[in-house]
Amino acid sequence: MLVQSLFPRDLFSMLDRLQREMQQSADVYPSIRGLAPGTFPALNVGGTPHSVEIFAFAPGLEPSAFDVRIEKGVLTIAGERSRQLAPDSATVHIDERFAGRFRRVVSLPEDIDPDAVQARYRDGVLHISIKRRAANQPRRIDVT
Amino acid sequence: MNERSGTANAGRADLAALLPPVDVFEDANGITVYADLPGVAKEGLNLQIDAESLSIDAEIALALPGGMEASHAEIKLPRYRRVFTLSKELDSEGISAELRNGVLSLRIPKAAHAQPRRIEVEG
Repeated sequence: MLVQSLFPRDLFSMLDRLQREMQQSADVYPSIRGLAPGTFPALNVGGTPHSVEIFAFAPGLEPSAFDVRIEKGVLTIAGERSRQLAPDSATVHIDERFAGRFRRVVSLPEDIDPDAVQARYRDGVLHISIKRRAANQPRRIDVT
Repeated sequence: MNERSGTANAGRADLAALLPPVDVFEDANGITVYADLPGVAKEGLNLQIDAESLSIDAEIALALPGGMEASHAEIKLPRYRRVFTLSKELDSEGISAELRNGVLSLRIPKAAHAQPRRIEVEG
């Protein structure tokens, strides 16, 4: 399975809820035709015991062009990609690449720490890594 | 320049791949191609150009943290592939390519004999 090597799937993941929410707006079955319109940037989401990892496939932007926010447990990735203008007098044969404003929203699990976020943009992919809080330690309650 | 849908090309044509979105513009002096290849570094890009065709093969390389389990994936294949047929007036020797922030830019000039030429009308 080619898919497994790049992005192994775990149906019992704690992020299953996330997956279901996003399935409503995107066709998640593998397509040789690439992405359905209206899903820019494409998102891959995964997790480790210590972090939540989000990959946004948004080529042709500068890091400063992204507006990334975490608010009330929801991550928003927004921005705008300008149209690649054809020179005057040029003929446009194919025009498939996304242009315009984009906005994608991801519900985060409850145990993330919104103050421990790293975002890097490399080769057209925005990688956002959010740490999970250390597991709640058992706590003894004193009775007075 | 036409797109080729067959799989006759040699190489890694047998592997399933995503079809990257492209823009193709043509002006008097040549053709410009932009292809979205997010996640592809220079080392992962394989451009093959001969007199008849241009093929783009690219491998996605992501820095996945160890032990990561995916919960949602819209990019489900680790490579892009797209093949175009070139027409005779294009100069495949003169192609220039640049990959920046996951966007491949290609410029294919027209051969000198195919450049526009103004014909004077006498009379």
